[in-house]
Amino acid sequence: MTMLPGPTPKKLGLAIDLDTCVGCQACVTACKGWNDQGYGAPLSDQNPYGADPSGTFLNRVHSYEVQPADAPAQLVNFPRSCLHCESAPCVTVCPTGASYKRAEDGIVLVNEDACIGCGLCAWACPYGARELDPAAGVMKKCTLCVDRIYNDNLPEEDREPACVRTCPTNARHFGDFADPDSKVSRLAAERGGFALMPDLGTKPVNRYLPPRRKGAAEASPLAPLLDIRATGLAGWLDRVLGKI
Amino acid sequence: MHPAPSVIVFTVLSGLGFGFLAFLGLGALPGHGPWHFALWVLGYALAVGGLLASTFHLGNPQRAWRAFSQWRTSWLSREGCAAVVTLILLAPVALGDLLPLGDLRLLGLLGAAMSLVTIFTTSMIYAQLKTVPRWNHPVTPLLFLGYAIAGGSILSGEGRIAVVACLILFLVLAASWRIGDRRFAEVGQSIGSATGLGDLGKVRVFERGHTAGNYLLHEMMFVVGRKHADRLRIIALAFSTLVPAALVVLGGPHWPVVVLATLCHILGALAQRWLFFAQAEHVVGLYYGMR
Repeated sequence: MTMLPGPTPKKLGLAIDLDTCVGCQACVTACKGWNDQGYGAPLSDQNPYGADPSGTFLNRVHSYEVQPADAPAQLVNFPRSCLHCESAPCVTVCPTGASYKRAEDGIVLVNEDACIGCGLCAWACPYGARELDPAAGVMKKCTLCVDRIYNDNLPEEDREPACVRTCPTNARHFGDFADPDSKVSRLAAERGGFALMPDLGTKPVNRYLPPRRKGAAEASPLAPLLDIRATGLAGWLDRVLGKI
Repeated sequence: MHPAPSVIVFTVLSGLGFGFLAFLGLGALPGHGPWHFALWVLGYALAVGGLLASTFHLGNPQRAWRAFSQWRTSWLSREGCAAVVTLILLAPVALGDLLPLGDLRLLGLLGAAMSLVTIFTTSMIYAQLKTVPRWNHPVTPLLFLGYAIAGGSILSGEGRIAVVACLILFLVLAASWRIGDRRFAEVGQSIGSATGLGDLGKVRVFERGHTAGNYLLHEMMFVVGRKHADRLRIIALAFSTLVPAALVVLGGPHWPVVVLATLCHILGALAQRWLFFAQAEHVVGLYYGMR
């Protein structure tokens, strides 16, 4: 049903650390790898070895340059996937009830057997979290690896989303944001975790942890070189030439 | 947004169809017999043809029946339900042209009202989307209703109503562009709010997440159609409002004039609908540094 379930007892989601993410794309690959073979239709590729390849992914890592007014420019790698919003617009617009938010843990999922592939949920999502799979004709999105996190057949350390499990710099953290003492809640509180485009009223669960203020030099390390006082013959020439 | 031909044809034809059905339901073109019944067939063909066209862009059209189930939250579902209710309500009125079914004026009135409700639900599919600021404004329902009433009155030969409706549509169209052109800036989302990095400094795309295309780039970031936007706006404005109004005034209530005026109106509506999609910018474009 596309009615939102209201406040859920658990709010499972990710805290993504923009400070430690190195943009290696390992989470992109791990996500594609896991979700290609388990839950729902496989994530297809179109023309993968041709001149114009494309494919369906549930997680993309962008890179942005941030130029503060008073400090050197910074490169920020930015993983982008479903934020499992509390007030998910992708759920309420769905005409068939295929798109739903789980009442027990807040995960937003697609029942692919009921999806007609109209694409309206992807239009309603501000974050580009949904991609229609052209081969299956159904909408694909992050499942928070629902087939891993509750999977008793996996060793306990593997019961977290594939992107989190694979991240070599521990930039991705999985947990329950409804529990104020959970790892992700504490991280978000300590590091000033923020939501994306909060004005749109989607109430995302996922939090992004901002890049830490680096111990950057106040000015460019090359600055002293810009004010060279020549001495000796060059200094004499500098003074004479300056007077002509 | 990508202007899918199936969706353009759907909104234009079903808009005109339900507009025409509304006028027939209200008792425009009074008459009886098979020829008069043929007008109803035309109205149903336009409305149903448009709805069928909309299923062509679905990934799994065989499941389209499921779209009637979520009317409590989904405007798309509401549209499907409203369309079916309208077509069922007006069916006895249409059959009344052939069979002696008695006085069906009240049912016709109800059907006409539901036709407009159907148009409104169509417009809300777009107007509800906060992610597309250009559409997310009350002018979008006005635009769709304006087109349905203008198209319906032209096709049903209601000359005086058609001229007034065309002039109103002219104003609504002009307003929709004036308002639409500044909506994205007004809503205020930027690459800074999209990434949440705006407080740190000026944000610029350094590298996109992928070198190849994807669904988002194809579906939400369509830029080709904007090239001729100004010319298309003039075509839309002239052909959907001024030309048919002039034809109706000068030509009078004769069927060749009505057909020509309707065809001109459809041409203008197609141009307008192309722009409606092509010029709509989705906020997800901010992540890619494009609109």
